Amino acid sequence: MVNIVQPKIVLDPVDIEIDISGLSKIYHTKNSTFQALEDVSLYVKNEEFVSILGPSGCGKSTILRILAGLEEATSGSVKVSGEEVHGPSVKRGMVFQSYTLFPWLTVRENIEFGLKLKGISPKERKNISDKYLELVGLERFSNSYGKELSGGMKQRVGIARSLANNPEVLLMDEPFGALDAQTKQSMQQLLLDIWKKEKTTIVFITHDIDESIFLSQRIYVMDARPGKIKEEINADLNLFRNGELVEVERFMKLKKHIIKLLKH
Amino acid sequence: MKLQKNKIMRNLTSIREEVPKKWYLFGVIITFLLFFLIWGGFSFIHIVDEVFLPTPNAVVLSLADSFGNPEFWGHIGISVYRVFMGFLLACVIGIPLGIMAGTFKFAESFILPMSEFIRYMPAAAFIPLIMVWAGIGETAKILVIFIGCFFQLILMVADDTNRVSKDLLYASYTLGANRMQVIFKVIIPALLPKLMTTLRLIMGWAWTYLVVAELVAANNGLGYFIMKAQRFLDTESIFVGIIVIGLLGLIIDRAFAIANKKLFPWVEGGN
Repeated sequence: MVNIVQPKIVLDPVDIEIDISGLSKIYHTKNSTFQALEDVSLYVKNEEFVSILGPSGCGKSTILRILAGLEEATSGSVKVSGEEVHGPSVKRGMVFQSYTLFPWLTVRENIEFGLKLKGISPKERKNISDKYLELVGLERFSNSYGKELSGGMKQRVGIARSLANNPEVLLMDEPFGALDAQTKQSMQQLLLDIWKKEKTTIVFITHDIDESIFLSQRIYVMDARPGKIKEEINADLNLFRNGELVEVERFMKLKKHIIKLLKH
Repeated sequence: MKLQKNKIMRNLTSIREEVPKKWYLFGVIITFLLFFLIWGGFSFIHIVDEVFLPTPNAVVLSLADSFGNPEFWGHIGISVYRVFMGFLLACVIGIPLGIMAGTFKFAESFILPMSEFIRYMPAAAFIPLIMVWAGIGETAKILVIFIGCFFQLILMVADDTNRVSKDLLYASYTLGANRMQVIFKVIIPALLPKLMTTLRLIMGWAWTYLVVAELVAANNGLGYFIMKAQRFLDTESIFVGIIVIGLLGLIIDRAFAIANKKLFPWVEGGN
């Protein structure tokens, strides 16, 4: 038996980009309360790619939304680069599952949206958007509107738009959940390439086990009702080395382990 | 041959699918022809007395006659003026209020319940009151149109604003937008195409209220023209008045549709 669950390594605090401890979230409705998250603690290292995996309704998206500052935590602390999160910030870019392109803007204008808000000069903006258009392979579509793009292309614009702002952390909420299998695969590869190039810290929400193993270095597996972390899994394997599929066995072992985890 | 016929039938009856342009045109022409045929049938064979239902050609002649008459153009002019003034006034005040109500829950509490309440009061019922307040001048007619459009407009704009996807707002927050920027750079641009459609609808209401106002208290305008014709049992002119209002509505509506297409080429699925 390979030891999949690795002992927690003592980390240099400088290395920690995201530090969540004792996070709880309770929703109050008219005549009931609902505990979405219970005592969630997790960390993400600088430049690390971490997935949060769990069934729907386990509160994984809530964690991300709290990280983004779009929702308030009920209790617990959420720190990004040492600062407590209060409200949204450009430092934390987010890619949503639904397509959130501004449909009245062209692809380029979408990518430049945040830069324009920052008051960056048109020339500089063009340089930056050129770079990210190329990074996501949409140079030819710079003047297209959202309605002319496929789902995968829309998400690529979403990624480029977030990255153009040069965030410290990229939060991704099931960004490929609505895509067909083939597009999904190529988007995953694209995302890995981008991550290696840009060295952005990424937190990736998914319910797709393969996706989480393929993409991330570490996976937090969650349990539903109330949502809490079930296990932290080291998944830092390099499936493709020099174009060859390797470590397939370890992949399968991890997958089996996670399936078992999610069953209980 | 029979097979082909079947195929055409199948295509023409497919649910919500496109049909060939010429077949669409065919449908349009047939209904208009049928309309005039039935109308003509009733009037020419005198099933209905000419006093009540003039023949189509009499109406067309009367229409041509009216268009040659500067006084008639005066009626059109003053009616168009009233409609636009009432409509614009409603827009200038109603659109910002609607956007506020659709954006801020707290603002909504001031604006929506009151509008909902007043909306159910028929604008025509305000006419006597308006005459007491504002006399029977231009202000009175513009006020009737304003009241008829204003509350409806607020509610519809608030609803349009509310429908702007929340994810779009969240995305702009994470891109560094503050609340002001979210309103002016996201909510309003996202809202515009729907707003145009709403204005198009409200414009239709404005014409209805115009006629109501002019029927009751006016000495010019298309409503007055119709009213006067009724007094002289001049049904031809009544028809002319109604048709002209219809045509004006159609022209304005088309203008809105074209503007929508030109201004918002990015709208998914066309306008």
